[in-house]
Amino acid sequence: MSVSVETRDVSITFGTGPAAVRVLPSVSFSVSPGECFALVGESGSGKSTVLRCISMLTDIWAGDILIDGKPVREMPLIERCRTLQMVFQDPYGSLHPRQSVRTVLSEPLVIHRLGDREERMRKAITDVGLPVSFLDRFPHQLSGGQRQRVAIARALILEPSLLLLDEPTSALDVSVQAEILNLLQRLREERGFTYIMVTHDLAVVDHMCDRFAVMLGGEITEVLPREAIPANGATHPYARELIGASLEYESAH
Amino acid sequence: MEKPILEVDNLRIRYGGASVEAVRGVSFTLGRERLGIVGESGSGKSTVGRALLRLLPGATITADTLRFGELELLTLSEKAMLKVRGRRMSMILQDPKFSLNPIRRVGDQVGETYLRHFRCSKAEARDKALAMLEAVKIRDPERVYDQYPHEISGGMGQRVMIAMMLLADPDLVIADEPTSALDVTVRLQVLNILDSLVRDRGIGLIMISHDLNLVRNFCDRVLIMYAGRVVETLAARDLDRAQHPYTRGLLAAQPRIGGARAPLAVLDRQPEWLEEKA
Repeated sequence: MSVSVETRDVSITFGTGPAAVRVLPSVSFSVSPGECFALVGESGSGKSTVLRCISMLTDIWAGDILIDGKPVREMPLIERCRTLQMVFQDPYGSLHPRQSVRTVLSEPLVIHRLGDREERMRKAITDVGLPVSFLDRFPHQLSGGQRQRVAIARALILEPSLLLLDEPTSALDVSVQAEILNLLQRLREERGFTYIMVTHDLAVVDHMCDRFAVMLGGEITEVLPREAIPANGATHPYARELIGASLEYESAH
Repeated sequence: MEKPILEVDNLRIRYGGASVEAVRGVSFTLGRERLGIVGESGSGKSTVGRALLRLLPGATITADTLRFGELELLTLSEKAMLKVRGRRMSMILQDPKFSLNPIRRVGDQVGETYLRHFRCSKAEARDKALAMLEAVKIRDPERVYDQYPHEISGGMGQRVMIAMMLLADPDLVIADEPTSALDVTVRLQVLNILDSLVRDRGIGLIMISHDLNLVRNFCDRVLIMYAGRVVETLAARDLDRAQHPYTRGLLAAQPRIGGARAPLAVLDRQPEWLEEKA
């Protein structure tokens, strides 16, 4: 149950007339079913904004976003949430501090009127590699990596087909990042998820993704296959600079 | 061998009310070199840095030796510490957004270091600050001097902080994750600037980071910390030949450009890593 994603000319404009400011000039790319696609670029380049547009957390955009050929704008809320889910960067900020893992995971099930709640929660928490007893814990009783696993379990519990990952590991130590990346990789193999992942780490892109788009100032400068990273096969000057800097940083001497 | 800048022997730190020590018996000496301290969050690496500046109110710090130049840091009065902090030992913090004063012009914040530690006029402090801003490769120092922190970029903010910390020509600079908040393209620029200033002036540098690539490229020697203890000390160029399973585990957990896409190695934490060396 993989889905494709297509964005055509997505733009965000603030204000009207001559004073209008286009913060996201025009973004177009397409992701095939089951692909892992990355958005990279400097802070402020609009990577996370694109994810927020796809998920309709930001809905003031113009243009078209199609998920499996269906405009995301016309999808009813319930259907949209069953199709796509998002995992945020900071697992310390994205879980409610007063809600237990059980509450976090059961809320979507209640809203979507799904049965077998206990069974589904157990499955979701086991899928992300945590023991069932963790259902009764609160966020402060979990480490950063465990919290991010809970956030992923929350995204999985509605069995979506598209996961939007906004820097899912940049707040974590490399040792914990490895666990989360392995988990995401395994889930994709088992369930054929489509991933769109925002990151600033090209080593993560090379490890996880098939293709990636380099963004600068709200625009996609270039879409490249992962094979372009090791030999720096980019043609746009900024994309070249970004890949060059990452290569230099990783192996300088 | 030349006299070390800093000698630390059996440093132990316990936060107020904590049942276990956050730092348990850390020892090292530092000459005019660049020393990296790496480890995961919670390993105690930043706590060590802060203890050197005695910036841990409420914590109990003990050590057999904690000598900085001719000073015994643990016995100094708070008043004497004020003459050490910023003047002889300074600290570059992680995120310029949160560590610069948002309502003061950046140039005045840089010049304050000089004004505070040397007898000089405001005009002299301004000149010193401008020269230093130029030294960290800020293109138009006159203009940037009068700007507020929100008006400058993250990379520029971090260069401003480096300028501020090196202005009084300290003997030792502690950089606590100096570039984790910066984009990769800017990160190298900032690190190269810091690196050349530290080398030219013969300043001792302690670089605290979780990033193995960073310490490999910008340090001479590396201490690897785990759960409040140094598990291994290595020359930075020998990092790939690390012996301790924890260091090797960290290296293996890192995805690499051009690496195989096999699942990443996951740390198998051993209880004996926690035990103190005999």
